[in-house]
Amino acid sequence: MESESEAKVDGETASDSESRAEASPPLIPADDTPEVLNRALSSLSSRWKNWWVRGILTLAMIAFFFVIIYLGPLVLMMIVLCVQIKCFHEIITIGYNVYHSYDLPWFRTLSWYFLLCVNYFFYGETVTDYFFTLVQREEPLRILSKYHRFISFTLYLIGFCMFVLSLVKKHYRLQFYMFGWTHVTLLIVVTQSHLVIHNLFEGMIWFIVPISCVICNDIMAYMFGFFFGRTPLIKLSPKKTWEGFIGGFFATVVFGLLLSYVMSGYRCFVCPVEYNNDTNSFTVDCEPSYLFRLQEYNIPGVIQSLLGWKTVRMYPFQIHSIALSTFASLIGPFGGFFASGFKRAFKIKDFANTIPGHGGIMDRFDCQYLMATFVNVYIASFIRGPNPSKLIQQFLTLRPDQQLHIFNTLKSHLTDKGMLMAATEDE
Amino acid sequence: MLELRHRAGCPGPGGAVAPPPREGEAAGGDHETESTSDKETDIDDRYGDLDSRTDSDIPEILPSSDRTPEILKKALSGLSSRWKNWWIRGILTLTMISLFFLIIYMGSFMLMLLVLGIQVKCFHEIITIGYRVYRSYDLPWFRTLSWYFLLCVNYFFYGETVADYFATFVQREEQLQSLIRYHRFISFALYLAGFCMFVLSLVKKHYRLQFYMFAWTHVTLLITVTQSHLVIQNLFEGMIWFLVPISSVICNDITAYLFGFFFGRTPLIKLSPKKTWEGFIGGFFSTVVFGFIAAYVLSKYQYFVCPVEYRSDVNSFVTECEPSEIFQLQSYSLPPFLKAVLRRETVSLYPFQIHSIALSTFASLIGPFGGFFASGFKRAFKIKDFANTIPGHGGIMDRFDCQYLMATFVHVYITSFIRGPNPSKVLQQLLVLQPEQQLNIYKTLKTHLIEKGILQPTLKV
Repeated sequence: MESESEAKVDGETASDSESRAEASPPLIPADDTPEVLNRALSSLSSRWKNWWVRGILTLAMIAFFFVIIYLGPLVLMMIVLCVQIKCFHEIITIGYNVYHSYDLPWFRTLSWYFLLCVNYFFYGETVTDYFFTLVQREEPLRILSKYHRFISFTLYLIGFCMFVLSLVKKHYRLQFYMFGWTHVTLLIVVTQSHLVIHNLFEGMIWFIVPISCVICNDIMAYMFGFFFGRTPLIKLSPKKTWEGFIGGFFATVVFGLLLSYVMSGYRCFVCPVEYNNDTNSFTVDCEPSYLFRLQEYNIPGVIQSLLGWKTVRMYPFQIHSIALSTFASLIGPFGGFFASGFKRAFKIKDFANTIPGHGGIMDRFDCQYLMATFVNVYIASFIRGPNPSKLIQQFLTLRPDQQLHIFNTLKSHLTDKGMLMAATEDE
Repeated sequence: MLELRHRAGCPGPGGAVAPPPREGEAAGGDHETESTSDKETDIDDRYGDLDSRTDSDIPEILPSSDRTPEILKKALSGLSSRWKNWWIRGILTLTMISLFFLIIYMGSFMLMLLVLGIQVKCFHEIITIGYRVYRSYDLPWFRTLSWYFLLCVNYFFYGETVADYFATFVQREEQLQSLIRYHRFISFALYLAGFCMFVLSLVKKHYRLQFYMFAWTHVTLLITVTQSHLVIQNLFEGMIWFLVPISSVICNDITAYLFGFFFGRTPLIKLSPKKTWEGFIGGFFSTVVFGFIAAYVLSKYQYFVCPVEYRSDVNSFVTECEPSEIFQLQSYSLPPFLKAVLRRETVSLYPFQIHSIALSTFASLIGPFGGFFASGFKRAFKIKDFANTIPGHGGIMDRFDCQYLMATFVHVYITSFIRGPNPSKVLQQLLVLQPEQQLNIYKTLKTHLIEKGILQPTLKV
């Protein structure tokens, strides 16, 4: 069975009347499979060999994932950053190949410069929010954070002006295309990775469960399709089947429930990541919130007869995990279809050939693409409100009369709610 | 007039069109062909033809009609064509400026609508160019999807604005409450629906085309919608933050043109051959002076200076307040050399005038880069103007290309140097928190306020 990246490059695109005779040939990735694997599998037929290569690499990647989870939030942040840079590089390289624009000297510099600017902006905002006390202590950091938006905007403007000054007479369209390409790539790649980091700070479980659900859905849909697949799902990806889709959906929901049950028990996954000023490191220690405390739920009548139990003890988070798994199985694949369409449009088989048997980093992360945004929006809408420390920080920058006004409104609000006794002594 | 070159591989008969210089040369209405080499043709054609079915199947390029009203034509029929064009541009400029004043008079709400209208028109112009470039009129979903994405992004941005500024109004209505609370989720769901529709609408032979249009739409949204949203936020800060930047850019356009017309000699940049260093520098100084004076005039009136607020009792926008510190006359001691020149010890200025110098400087030095960007864009896609909405001037986008960066700069400037976060937004977020968190914050705030002496410790109620 062929690899799952289903771009059948020769087939459907024959009618594309690309007038370019030397139309960029499909990038044939070099065979990156390590020698040792090659030898071990040399006896098997090529079909099974490919299956084994993919299988081994899948296990290797999952093991790697566990290792970095063990290593902690800082390493995870680094990994997310690296993945982001690699994805950016892959997509930009495709752009260069499509537009034959390697020879425009400024372009690579400008693309990487814009990546740097946007990352500086996002990481600056994150650092300001989460490392508030650290930032207030150090004088240079404080100034950088106070004028952060202005500095980021200036940096971006410099890049913009450089772009305008670098416009070369015969290559205007090319340059504008690459400019647009760079910005769309930044929009996709950098904002996603930034949201992933936000989710991570909310609690490692908000990072691990969604990513695992997407991976599980990938694998389960593949398995179900392999064993039971019959009805094709979408023309874009001819190997995907309805059986795989639906089977993957149910399997992922069950997997999500189990995984969240296991993880909700551990503080290191459940607590928001905080930066401790005294020890100068990240700590994950807290009183687990309501979501992560076992509750009794009454089972609806129909399942009661099945399971023979009246109530079940679950974490409320498991209910949320159903929503997350549902999204991962139903909408996540659209990210994969988008990437398949993209690969077909530009006649490439894989984004790159970084991972043997799997293609590039972007190939692995295309379904994750929408998941991170969904989790972030979900958390912001349903789980928590705004960040209290950020609010205090904003409050402190207001004018005194505004501060007083807000304080009084808050006071009357709390008094109304009965949280505050009108005549109590406050310590 | 818009003409697109035929890009079907024949380098000849397309008739290259010179994109107009920004200021519009005096003989502007005529086409001046610019010699483009065949090499450019080849490079363009290599990736210019995307998914075209057959070479002969090129849609007819409709010549755009001359939209100058008859009355103007009759009035100017006696003049030569060079001056005629100059007069048309002049009359239209004055018309636009008067329209601008009229809308300012009518108030903030009309201004918001105007900004929204301009944004939709700019979006439409840029998307239409994309359609022509990619000849993708026949893809049935595309226009629907582009407008749908515009709607989604606008819904998201305006929802955030409404929640912040209309807080009192929103608290009253129950349905609005839930819309506001789940606003991000709803916007995201709407966007996702569009995204999935896009994926489902991918048609076998047109993948690349569709991806290009998708990207084109998103970049256009990024440019036009975020800018217009920032313009509205600036407007709510106080109409002066809306008027002075826009006027500075307009003034820079006009004065740079005039200086270039009378004194221009050294070309500024290859992209816009009619721009000159003399125009650039002359425009810079005149814009700074203009901004300084305009700031002085406008700072006196509460109508311009106060943040726009929505009052629920009168159900309308009001601009009434105690003018903040930057709009109160201060005395500044003059540096010695100016003392000698003006023979005065001190001068009374509004602090805002100092800020206006920064704004005008940006408008004159960096604003033109937005114009160069648009010129490059028009050359890249071989169009003379974005559209032909305004006779003599081109499309709406032609007028607003220099404003493009200005709105973002003003917004960043305000948030960095002028004010902190929006108090009503902070309050709104506070009220959404969990009660325990609110209590914690209350205690922290109380300690802070007592420390600063803003709150008396003995005051309990």
